[in-house]
Amino acid sequence: MSHHFVIRVVGKLLIPFILLFGLYVQFHGDFGPGGGFQAGVIFASAFVLYALIYGVDKAREILPDDVLRVGIALGVLIFGGTGVVSMLWGAPYLDYSPLASTPSAGQHIGIFIVELGVGITVASVMVTLFNLFARRGGDDELDAE
Amino acid sequence: MIEPGLYNYWIVVFLMMAGLYVVVARGNLIKKLVGLNVFQASVFLLYITMGKVEGGTAPILAEGVTVYSNPLPHVLILTAIVVGVATTALGLALVVRIQEAYGSIEEDELEEKDERDERKLRS
Amino acid sequence: MTATIFMIVRLHNLFAVVMLGGIYSLLAASMFVVLDAVDVAFTEAAVGAGISLVLMLAALSLTKTEEKVASRHGILPLLVVLVTGAALIYGTLDMPHYGDPNAPIQQHVAPTYVADAQAKTTVPNVVTAVLASYRGYDTLGEVVVIFTAGVGVMLLLGDRRRRRRRAEGRE
Repeated sequence: MSHHFVIRVVGKLLIPFILLFGLYVQFHGDFGPGGGFQAGVIFASAFVLYALIYGVDKAREILPDDVLRVGIALGVLIFGGTGVVSMLWGAPYLDYSPLASTPSAGQHIGIFIVELGVGITVASVMVTLFNLFARRGGDDELDAE
Repeated sequence: MIEPGLYNYWIVVFLMMAGLYVVVARGNLIKKLVGLNVFQASVFLLYITMGKVEGGTAPILAEGVTVYSNPLPHVLILTAIVVGVATTALGLALVVRIQEAYGSIEEDELEEKDERDERKLRS
Repeated sequence: MTATIFMIVRLHNLFAVVMLGGIYSLLAASMFVVLDAVDVAFTEAAVGAGISLVLMLAALSLTKTEEKVASRHGILPLLVVLVTGAALIYGTLDMPHYGDPNAPIQQHVAPTYVADAQAKTTVPNVVTAVLASYRGYDTLGEVVVIFTAGVGVMLLLGDRRRRRRRAEGRE
């Protein structure tokens, strides 16, 4: 699809904003609608858009498979690790209260970290899924869209 | 029978049955997956309508608002949607592999082919 | 929404069916906004109308885009669906009414969540608070499910070894 001039230009304009919006949704999820799940999907959709316009191989140069594979595991690890950290401080698993000076601040930090973990996993899984499906058919299949 | 308060459930039931019909009656595997998605969305709708409170607002705390809709179904469905797409992708992956192995994604053709292979093995 | 569903059932062109599936998701998302579930609507719009549509299209391009016209139009599926639907409708007659603040679902833990979330977690978005803190175990489970699904698809479709061998064979 890379030969369509309009799509290339509009895509180039849109992708940074989609990424920015994803970050906003991720880190503003405590106050407005949003959170790790949504942010992960939005973030992934930016990369999918890039892959649709410029081809999967180019997208994989930016975000190699190894990085994605690490990301998938890292998110789960962050989530589970937070629970272990609170256990080390003597609290029950996944009780974030001891992570800061006051319990409520600890909860806030805990939610923040956990959402980050969720976001990383969801984004990496979604991009990986797309890459796998797209690569299966070779490069010509993307013209179907 | 005339109970306007139950209208929402009937919509859900209708959508659910439409999804179920697609899953049961159609032989094409991708169409079955779309049907499953429709079914899934109807369940989401069921949960969300149950959580709605008359006169309530979205469960993001703000000053001057006292009635909120129930946040619990929202949480459950929020995660269910993302899990749903991940499992759908898994189903699609299976369909792709079936297409590669059998050259078809129609149920009857798959069965035919299986039977033929079995007969060949026996003889 | 009903019209979309009807078309999904009727059409045989899978491309159109998948597209209608996306429209259906978007309609569901707008419905969630009306029902006060902004977080859910957000997710549904991003997932249903975005990622899942792209995945479906990618899978379609690997298979066929035309459904074989069904040879068996059996009455049995319709019958099963109608009976199940009737049973479900009968079941709804005892359900609490739409928007009823006294329904059992509103009486259980939800009021505590709404009342305590701000003080305990300093997070105004109750959905986020419940998601990550009160029901952290659930969410951890969900993330692991996504992880597992991702690994599953990798196993099914990621053919690194075979691909490399093919590339070597070509050279």
